[in-house]
Amino acid sequence: MGNRVSLFVTCIVDQLFPKVGMDMAEVLERLGYEIDFPERQTCCGQPAFNSGYRDEARTVARHFLDTFEACECIVAPSGSCTSMVTHHFAELFQKEPETLARVHSLEKRIWEFSTFLTEVAGVEDVGARLEDVVTFHDSCHGLRELGIKDAPRRLLARVRGLELREMQPAEECCGFGGTFAVKFAELSGAMARTKIDAILNTGATTVVALDLSCLMQIQGALSRAGSQVRTMHLAEVLASR
Amino acid sequence: MSVEFDRKIHNTLADANLQLAIYTATARLKDKRAETVAPDALPDYQELRTQANAVKKHTIENLDYYLEEFERNVEAHGGKVVYAKDGTEVADFVLGLAKDRGARLIVKSKSMTTEEVDLNERLEHHGLESVETDLGEYIIQLAHERPYHIVAPALHLTRYDVADLFTKRLNVPRETVIEKQTAIARKVLRQKFLAADIGISGANFLVAGSGAVVLVENEGNIRLTTSAPKIHIAIAGIEKMIPRAQDLAVFLKLLGRSGTGQLLTVYTSFLSGPRRGGEIDGPDEFYVVLLDNGRTRLLPDRGKRQSLYCIRCGACLNACPVYRKIGGHSFPWVYSGPIGAIITPQFMGVSHEPGLPFASSLCGACAEVCPVKIDIPKVLLELRSDVKKAEVREKRNRLEKLAFRAFAWLMTHPRLYEMAGKLAASAAPPDGSGWIKSVPAPMNIGPLRAWLSQRDLPPAPARSFREMWRRR
Repeated sequence: MGNRVSLFVTCIVDQLFPKVGMDMAEVLERLGYEIDFPERQTCCGQPAFNSGYRDEARTVARHFLDTFEACECIVAPSGSCTSMVTHHFAELFQKEPETLARVHSLEKRIWEFSTFLTEVAGVEDVGARLEDVVTFHDSCHGLRELGIKDAPRRLLARVRGLELREMQPAEECCGFGGTFAVKFAELSGAMARTKIDAILNTGATTVVALDLSCLMQIQGALSRAGSQVRTMHLAEVLASR
Repeated sequence: MSVEFDRKIHNTLADANLQLAIYTATARLKDKRAETVAPDALPDYQELRTQANAVKKHTIENLDYYLEEFERNVEAHGGKVVYAKDGTEVADFVLGLAKDRGARLIVKSKSMTTEEVDLNERLEHHGLESVETDLGEYIIQLAHERPYHIVAPALHLTRYDVADLFTKRLNVPRETVIEKQTAIARKVLRQKFLAADIGISGANFLVAGSGAVVLVENEGNIRLTTSAPKIHIAIAGIEKMIPRAQDLAVFLKLLGRSGTGQLLTVYTSFLSGPRRGGEIDGPDEFYVVLLDNGRTRLLPDRGKRQSLYCIRCGACLNACPVYRKIGGHSFPWVYSGPIGAIITPQFMGVSHEPGLPFASSLCGACAEVCPVKIDIPKVLLELRSDVKKAEVREKRNRLEKLAFRAFAWLMTHPRLYEMAGKLAASAAPPDGSGWIKSVPAPMNIGPLRAWLSQRDLPPAPARSFREMWRRR
């Protein structure tokens, strides 16, 4: 593999949290990677897929395949969107052998940010410094579909000045769940409040995660509860110096 | 989503005592399970799951063969197998037998399958007395309620609730000590066991190779139900089949641990046929009713028929952050939690409660603890797709369909996607101070209102990532 990396920033980062994308690019550049941003990228199609609209999801997935066809290595700041590509695209193209072959090829070329750092770049210390007490939320799709548990913790352990305090339980869902958050708003809100109780119990001042969807839910609930605890994506932590 | 589903969720969330009861009870079951399947306690746990999945997969794919083998073996031992298409056929069989033998009183052990077909109600409607003998089931029968949980039917009731219930229904002094409450129930139930004409049980496993019905329990009431009365009827879903008794070495290890965190339940009974000459215990007549009730409809579906692998351990309920908030009675049928969310639409049809497959954040905690490795989130996703296809056919929910078509169109037109993003951002400008707590009234519609009912929104950034990237 060369040292060229294509960013899939995800639609939520593009539209709502652009700083996370910039920070991810900065960390990767610091490690010597040449960054490319395929301009035609939009979304992975997960919102439609999870809502039961498979034809629409397939349309968006096809666009994704076209956009990233020529990319050797793709990195995304999301476990959930990465998993959509690696675990669910194939299901959408069961009846199209040629597209399915393209999907299987793509599956091997896309990486969630923290896993890319530990497994491909082979680094744990990216030279970051952040004087803060943080707690880490395991996002469900990253944890259970991609098996990401240690990588972000190993990276956080090497950030100077940072103290990690584990919440109990770290692995319980924050209640976001895409359209679930608005279709079952009251239930989703109750799940978020259980999550923030776990966060507040640690005494940490920052919550870190690998997915902006979870962080948007957690930050929204923290803010509503009047808490000063902030949320950060791992890329923002690692870009801090 | 139906109004009723929404209302039940709301009421459960609003009841602080109930929230505490559910959360505490599920936490206890969840933690005990985790201890007994931890790598140092059960090093081959993952291999056992893989094996259990393979056995169930094989059995479900060859169910016709094993059903016939089971039937032959039961009959070779002097028992009889009865096939029932639905609840009416189950009730007709029991009623016919009761009438023929002059039976009045039935004792029952815990069985989700009989709950599924409202057996008690059907029997009582025809003048029979049917008494639940599992303590939890007995309590909820007195309360005229449905099981709250697959393995812990009275999980939602405190001992104070039970004290009130016993006083009211059994005319006994109020008693809040659990052991003494148990003694009260035991005294009543002992008389029922001795007087009963028929015992009805469920089945945890049906062993095709030996024709045995395998039952696990902790209270001893199943032993009495299946041996004291002259007639024993086991009622089981056809998916309870396993090929050989050897397979139990895998399933019994998983069931006790996953369900209650026990290495093995207190009693494990292997029942094959009526009492034979020279035996002291056992019924004179032995019947196994094999219930379909929608199960065969799943068999042709490669993706979703794994739902029939379930051994009803309840581990997915305890692990589920949704079940732990909305409890068992919010679910539209007797099966609750993640497993209820996948089998209810398949047994009853997706229109029974179209919102059900959507009442999940797809976190996957259920699949992680499932001892037979049912990929519950995957089945939920397929059911969601089924619901949407049904809506298109019936021309319902057309606005949402239109919205997702627009979404797909926008996401395949990057320039327009960018423009739409700018438009949305200009409608909700960043307030600079952090998180906005309200948005202009015209925007405060639908999903946005739902979001804001519980949480704040992030401020819109001044520029999208792609703009920042171009400018750098």
